[in-house]
Amino acid sequence: MGSMLRMNRLLSSIVESCNCIIDPQLPADDLLMKYQYISDFFIALAYFSIPVELIYFVKKSAVFPYRWVLVQFGAFIVLCGATHLINLWTFNMHTRNVAIVMTTAKVLTALVSCITALLLVHIIPDLLSVKTRELFLKKKAAQLDREMGIIRTQEETGRHVRMLTHEIRSTLDRHTILKTTLVELGKMLALEECALWMPTRTGLELQLSYTLRHQNPVGLTVPIQLPVINQVFGTNRVVQISPNSPVARLRPAGKYMPGEVVAVRVPLLHLSNFQINDWPELSTKRYALMVLMLPSDSARQWHVHELELVEVVADQVAVALSHAAILEESMRARDLLMEQNVALDLARREAEMAVRARNDFLAVMNHEMRTPMHAIIALSSLLQETDLTPEQRLMVETILKSSNLLATLINDVLDLSRLEDGSLQLDIDTFNLPALFREVLSLIKPIASVKKLFVTLSLSSDLPEYVIGDEKRLMQILLNIVGNAVKFSKEGSVSISAFVAKSDSLRDPRAPEFFAVPSENHFYLRVQVKDTGIGINPQDIPNLFSKFTQSQALATTNAGGTGLGLAICKRFVNLMEGHIWVESEGLGKGSTAIFIVKLGIPGCANESKLPFMAKLTANHMQVTFQGLKVLVMDDNGVSRMVTKGLLTHLGCDVTTVGSRDECLRVITQEHKVVFMDVSMAGIDCYEVAVVIHERFGKRHGRPLIVALTGNTDRVTKENCMRVGMDGVILKPVSVDKMRSVLSELLEHGVVLESS
Amino acid sequence: MEQLQRKLAEYTTSLYNENILDEQFIQLQQLQDESNPDFVVEVVSLFFEDSERLLNELAKALNQANVDFKKLNAHVHQMKGSSSSIGAQRVQRACIAFRNYCDDHNVEGCLKCLQQVKNEYTLVKNKLEALFKLEKQFVDAGGSFPIV
Repeated sequence: MGSMLRMNRLLSSIVESCNCIIDPQLPADDLLMKYQYISDFFIALAYFSIPVELIYFVKKSAVFPYRWVLVQFGAFIVLCGATHLINLWTFNMHTRNVAIVMTTAKVLTALVSCITALLLVHIIPDLLSVKTRELFLKKKAAQLDREMGIIRTQEETGRHVRMLTHEIRSTLDRHTILKTTLVELGKMLALEECALWMPTRTGLELQLSYTLRHQNPVGLTVPIQLPVINQVFGTNRVVQISPNSPVARLRPAGKYMPGEVVAVRVPLLHLSNFQINDWPELSTKRYALMVLMLPSDSARQWHVHELELVEVVADQVAVALSHAAILEESMRARDLLMEQNVALDLARREAEMAVRARNDFLAVMNHEMRTPMHAIIALSSLLQETDLTPEQRLMVETILKSSNLLATLINDVLDLSRLEDGSLQLDIDTFNLPALFREVLSLIKPIASVKKLFVTLSLSSDLPEYVIGDEKRLMQILLNIVGNAVKFSKEGSVSISAFVAKSDSLRDPRAPEFFAVPSENHFYLRVQVKDTGIGINPQDIPNLFSKFTQSQALATTNAGGTGLGLAICKRFVNLMEGHIWVESEGLGKGSTAIFIVKLGIPGCANESKLPFMAKLTANHMQVTFQGLKVLVMDDNGVSRMVTKGLLTHLGCDVTTVGSRDECLRVITQEHKVVFMDVSMAGIDCYEVAVVIHERFGKRHGRPLIVALTGNTDRVTKENCMRVGMDGVILKPVSVDKMRSVLSELLEHGVVLESS
Repeated sequence: MEQLQRKLAEYTTSLYNENILDEQFIQLQQLQDESNPDFVVEVVSLFFEDSERLLNELAKALNQANVDFKKLNAHVHQMKGSSSSIGAQRVQRACIAFRNYCDDHNVEGCLKCLQQVKNEYTLVKNKLEALFKLEKQFVDAGGSFPIV
């Protein structure tokens, strides 16, 4: 610096000294100086303004991580600027102060510059890396955007699937399900064609059932055993197939490039697949085939998510179809049941009608058949009592016998039909059992002695004397069985034995259903009728009790009879909760008929019934009714007159009345019997009976009341019994009937039989 | 005399065969005895009177604009009762049919039935009158009646 100063001094002294002399050389140095001066000025300016700008912009920006660096850098620049500024003063002669300032500035500048340079080594890589990160983030953002786009698409597809599922599951109609599926799939995936192949009934072919484009596809079929089909059916995933396979060739071949085709199986689940124990397995072996085709001539390819969508849809369709199938089945079953119900109802009504018609017919025939029989028998018996020649007598006897037989036959048939439809009811009453057997014996003895058959009766000692049951029918059974025994035996003996059945003898090995339960009030009577007759072929035994059948052997012996006897016996025995069967060792070896019936044991309250025992054992006594005061109430003049005539003929003293009031006015204690026509229209005869009861008190003293009616149905009988009438008899009444009714009334105070 | 007897027997049998009379009539005849010699004729005359009255009532009732089926039913019931009491079977049956139509409130049917009943009644009346005439002839000729 000293040298500089000296130089400068020298120069300036030279210049000063040569001021006057060398003037033209000075402007060259002055120009340079001037330029340097200006440049330094501008540099300084720039140096000062850059930091300002930096500060300004950094202040403006929100984030800048390197403030400290900026400060340093700013300082560096400022000091450089200062240096250059101060340079401006050093061109000319300058004082020592300026030189000091200059030096300080330069030193400072050098310091800051070095520091900055050192720091920049660290900072610049960082700054550079910011840029890199920015680029990276941008790339990532772009990628995320793309992915978001994909997810959105997927979600949208998912929504479509849900919508489709909902639509499919909201209908139970098979066609709607399939149509909706195809349409929605087509829309969702923008398919060109979508088709469904269903297996035919035989299961050997697949038939094109639904397509998207054509509403009613022609019945294209493909055999089910194609390799491509097996491939699709073999997996539950979507399988890409060739557009040329027969299932995919649905559009007429054109010039275009067919789009990609996929196919998936749709399991057709059956009702029987839903076992309770295991879920339906997909090895149901019945699948439909769904084929989906992308538009041709587009570069579209099947994406994974689209395939997944198809799989999901296929599953849903399978479930929806199975529901529809279940519904169809149940509807069909219900329709079938309804049809059957209707048919059953019709059948029942028809049966009822038939039964009614039959009953009507029987009711009419009953009357129709009995009437002529009655006439024949009555007239023939009357004829018998007239004077006849022996031939005539023989003829009349034959007529009588035949007509009696016919009457029995008619009764049998009518009985059986009543038995068949269960309308027959037993007339339960107390009766004397040994007496019944003895009566049967006495009836059969004459015939047996004619055939020289020996008949024995053995009653066990523990048989009760009085039992409760249907006496008439029991007698009928016995007579039938014993009669058969006698009929079919040419010689030998017939033995009848009766005893109380013990538990071991109650069971017949041939009839395991027959289960006898003896109880306190009942016992089982077992009767065996053994004969030494022609026997029965074991093969015929089951048919014995069927109607109208007779074995050959029987027929040839001209046995006669209807063949109904045993059938009727069986019915009666069944009604008595018993069992009947026949045993035989074979033809010519005789046979044994055995039956068991349930009878009641009369309890302590049989004292009141004892008087009734006498009823059947005694014959009807021919009591004269001379002077018996009776009252006849009937609103029909003719009918009244007839009844009066009837009673008068029997010797009664008859008063007739035609109305209820008249009856109540006229009746006195002296009238023993009141005959009341209960078919009087509009008058409550039952009421009259009640009044008579009230007026005359109980029993012995009050008139007995007997109802005359045209019909003997249960209702009428019950009504009569309810109001305390003492009997019901059916019009028309014959003389004999009236006679017996009157004698019963007077003996027992009540008419027990009405017919 | 025998001829008359035979004729009477045949006539009677024919009546039964044709169901014009049934065994109730026989019963009536049985009731006729010394104390009641004209029982049958009396009853039958009463029947004729009664029936004619009833038939008139029936015709009147059916001619009404508003047919009273209850009354109709009552009358038919009476007629049925009477005819069954003497054994006029066909009349009785016609009455039963009449009743059915009554229950069905079938005026047409009732009219038809009334005609039917009238016919049957007329028939039985004629037949019975003929029978009585024959019987009278028989009795006049000296015959006596065992009940046939």
